[in-house]
Amino acid sequence: MKRKDFLYLTGMGISASMLSRIPVFGSPVLPGHDMSPVDVALKKRMADVVLNAARSKGATYTDVRIGRYLNQFVVTRENKVENIVDTQSYGMGIRVIANGCWGFAATDKLDNDSIAKAAELAVAIAKENARIQTDPVQLVPQKGHGEVSWKTPIERNAFEVPMKEKTDLLLSVNDAAMKGGANYVNSILFLVNEQKYFASTDGSYIDQDIHRIWPLFAVTKIDSKTGKFETRQSLSAPRGMGYEYMTPRESDKIKGVTTLYKDRYDMLEDARAAATQADQKLKAKSVEAGKYDLVLDPSHLWLTIHESVGHPTELDRVLGYEANFAGTSFLTLDKWESKKFNFGSKNVNIVADKTQVGSLGAVGYDDEGVEAKKWDIIKDGILVNYQAIRDQAHIIGLKESQGCCYSQSWQDVQFQRMANISLQPGKVPMGVNDMIKNVEKGIYIIGDSSFSIDQQRYNFQFSGQLYYEIKNGKIVGMLNDVAYQSNTQEFWNSCAAVCDANDYRLGGSFFDGKGQPMQASAVSHGSSTALFKGVNVINTARKI
Amino acid sequence: MAILTEDECRAILKKALGYSKADECEINFGGSDSGNIRYARNTVSTSGSLSQTSMVISSAFGKKLGVVTTNEYDDASVEKAVRLSEELAQLAPENPEFVSFLGPQTYAPRSKTFVPETATITPALRTDMVGKSLDTAKENKLIAAGFLQNSAGFSSMMNSHGLFAYNTSTDVNFSVTLRSEDGTGSGYSTKGYNDVSKLDTLAFTKIAAQKATGSKGAKAIEPGKYTVILEPAAGIVLLEQLYGGLDARSADEGRSFLSKPGGKTKLGEKMVDERVNIYSDPSHPDLPTGSWAGDGQPQVKRSWIEKGVVKNFTYSRYWAQKQGVKPIPNPDGIIMEGGNATLEELIKGTEKGILVTRLWYIRPVDPQTLLFTGLTRDGTFYIENGQIKFPIKNLRFNESPVIMLNNLDALGKSERTVSGESGQNALIPPMRIRDFTFTSLSDAV
Repeated sequence: MKRKDFLYLTGMGISASMLSRIPVFGSPVLPGHDMSPVDVALKKRMADVVLNAARSKGATYTDVRIGRYLNQFVVTRENKVENIVDTQSYGMGIRVIANGCWGFAATDKLDNDSIAKAAELAVAIAKENARIQTDPVQLVPQKGHGEVSWKTPIERNAFEVPMKEKTDLLLSVNDAAMKGGANYVNSILFLVNEQKYFASTDGSYIDQDIHRIWPLFAVTKIDSKTGKFETRQSLSAPRGMGYEYMTPRESDKIKGVTTLYKDRYDMLEDARAAATQADQKLKAKSVEAGKYDLVLDPSHLWLTIHESVGHPTELDRVLGYEANFAGTSFLTLDKWESKKFNFGSKNVNIVADKTQVGSLGAVGYDDEGVEAKKWDIIKDGILVNYQAIRDQAHIIGLKESQGCCYSQSWQDVQFQRMANISLQPGKVPMGVNDMIKNVEKGIYIIGDSSFSIDQQRYNFQFSGQLYYEIKNGKIVGMLNDVAYQSNTQEFWNSCAAVCDANDYRLGGSFFDGKGQPMQASAVSHGSSTALFKGVNVINTARKI
Repeated sequence: MAILTEDECRAILKKALGYSKADECEINFGGSDSGNIRYARNTVSTSGSLSQTSMVISSAFGKKLGVVTTNEYDDASVEKAVRLSEELAQLAPENPEFVSFLGPQTYAPRSKTFVPETATITPALRTDMVGKSLDTAKENKLIAAGFLQNSAGFSSMMNSHGLFAYNTSTDVNFSVTLRSEDGTGSGYSTKGYNDVSKLDTLAFTKIAAQKATGSKGAKAIEPGKYTVILEPAAGIVLLEQLYGGLDARSADEGRSFLSKPGGKTKLGEKMVDERVNIYSDPSHPDLPTGSWAGDGQPQVKRSWIEKGVVKNFTYSRYWAQKQGVKPIPNPDGIIMEGGNATLEELIKGTEKGILVTRLWYIRPVDPQTLLFTGLTRDGTFYIENGQIKFPIKNLRFNESPVIMLNNLDALGKSERTVSGESGQNALIPPMRIRDFTFTSLSDAV
């Protein structure tokens, strides 16, 4: 599922209007269509056909991914269900090394003859490409796992929840927002199930069943006299969970200027708050540009972590493989080799973790058969590691891959994608109120909004959903038209405090885009609320 | 997979429709063969080939709609898919916004969207084309990263009201970024065509090489308001935010930059400089597009902004019915009229300004004013007295395309370009803009 297809199907965003009516990513199918996983024995037989066909044509390495990707959207608006769409995409992607070069072919025709021909095509492409290749591909060793399986630890399969329960929830959310004074509201439930089978000439046959969920809404309030409008979007996080995420639990709520959510989400409560806050945003004071101390909630900070830490520590960007599209990285190898590059203050400890329960990026194995793991990226403010896959690991002296390989579907080639990258909580007991008490002139920012960063991940600009002005240790009112700009290294060096583990929450994205052709990846970023001193805030108000 | 002919599509769709027992049934059918090659660090990195088809069957009973897809086309599989879509329609909640499918339509003669030479591109040809780009990089002691992708496809639809439509198309897109070995210079070039014979990877790589070499040793300048010349690859990513947002419903509902207080809109009002003319035309020889939209509506030549006035909004069939107007589909390709000046002539006529090759990471900041932020990238140069004086460091902007087109100073000759953000092709002129707002400096190269 690509972001543009999501926008198209859900009607969110102007990009939707530029797309054709026919979904391009998969196939709408009937809810209740056969969603049971494809028989593992059949997938193994198909994989063996491909492995043998590729080997016979001269491949020295082959991997096969047989994928069945299910998405479900429930799209509502005010008092009506606008769309219920189930999509399915099923097929096979074959990656080979021949003459020292990668080749790839994908097909949705899964009879033995077609998949063998696809394998031969992948080998032919690799041999053709080898004419313009300089150095042969080097893979770090990977042991075969044999026949293994992994499943997202869900309590309730969202695809099996009756449709009426889902539509009733969203219509209740809309009703709450409209009764709260909203003029318009859209709400969406987006569900993902990736049934992935991976086999390779290393001797792995891995079957995985991955689930993700994302509830979201946008509440709009219009001032009819001035024509001014404001929206407040949901403060939910997309999660690698089942439908249990939609069952509110008081122990998962953090109460403050607005209620924030940990591992269970109260969508109804959030919608009620959003209607009130959209109205407050219309009346909020326009910010005065200048330097402020920023108190950043995890519902906002996840995106800053993603853009300014997650992407520049991807080794493919460091090496230049994304130079034509997503860009390179300022975190060049010499900075890592020095073992003393000061990425941030001593409060900044950031880990990569593909095993984190409930996260979007949690898997048992990556898309080249490497078992999921956890490692340090920034330790006490110092850059200590990157994120790498099998054909890069030797460059930074690793004996095994870090397991960061992923493809969005069977039809796209897998490549290096971000692990869950998270800021670790502070070790000193501290809550949000304790943090705000020590701020003289600041802004408390909740929720994510606009985001943009340069192609080497230095200069960035972020906005949020809610901005609260802090004066002399107290919240004194709401602000509007806020965006902050900084340089990655300066920003993380201004990190003066991080709240403790009681405040730790996950945020994340379903649509992290990278690669050519562009692919989307889902990834989570955790943190506790953090304080950044003296950050440049601009006023974004304009007139047209 | 072969590209199915019009007759083949008609036969398959007719047979599929024959299974329908719904009040209404509509079937969209399409497929494509595509291939790509990606390179970086002066060598190939990944490449691939994909073949796929898809049949989308929509069945309706009253205002209840069910949709299902299949990619198996034997009689039993197609009939099963039709039955499934009917079952879904019976289970689905009634959609008050459902509008019956269209009846037969008259389409303009198809323009030249399909070029056989593009449809028969082989892996060897892709490798040869990229090889020329790599040779240029090596000759200039630069490091190349690029992408070449080609596709050939067909799309067709038929419904129970007698509508039938068919299109074929081919595309080949290329982009390349060249960076100096010391990492202090970077240049970019991109092009896309229906016809592969127009794609000269060598010539376009040379442009990127010139920019990469010329952008070494960039100087910092203070952020602020500057006259800028946006090359087409830079301009398109801001313009598409404007012409992609001409939606009637959001304007009527008061939640668009096109809304006015009291439920009024800016339709028919002058919104930007009177030299701005933006239209779509499926038969334009330099940007041929399909003759019908996805729901079967004919695509015709249509003005969107004429002499700075908003001439048309897009209307979904539901919203048009509600508002008592004719529906207007989203266009496939956009053309902005330009002048006769070349880019070089625009530069010559600039006293002080900045030449921008590419804009990057464009994101909305405020939907009310259509304010966007983003950065310059891969070749930003300072102009003085009609000459490029020196390369400058990249800058972040906060600007609205509405404000930008009100500050229009001069237009060059329109040319085909590709959006680095959406991947869409359009015909866009280089534009000289006064008072373009840069808010901070970036050290990124």
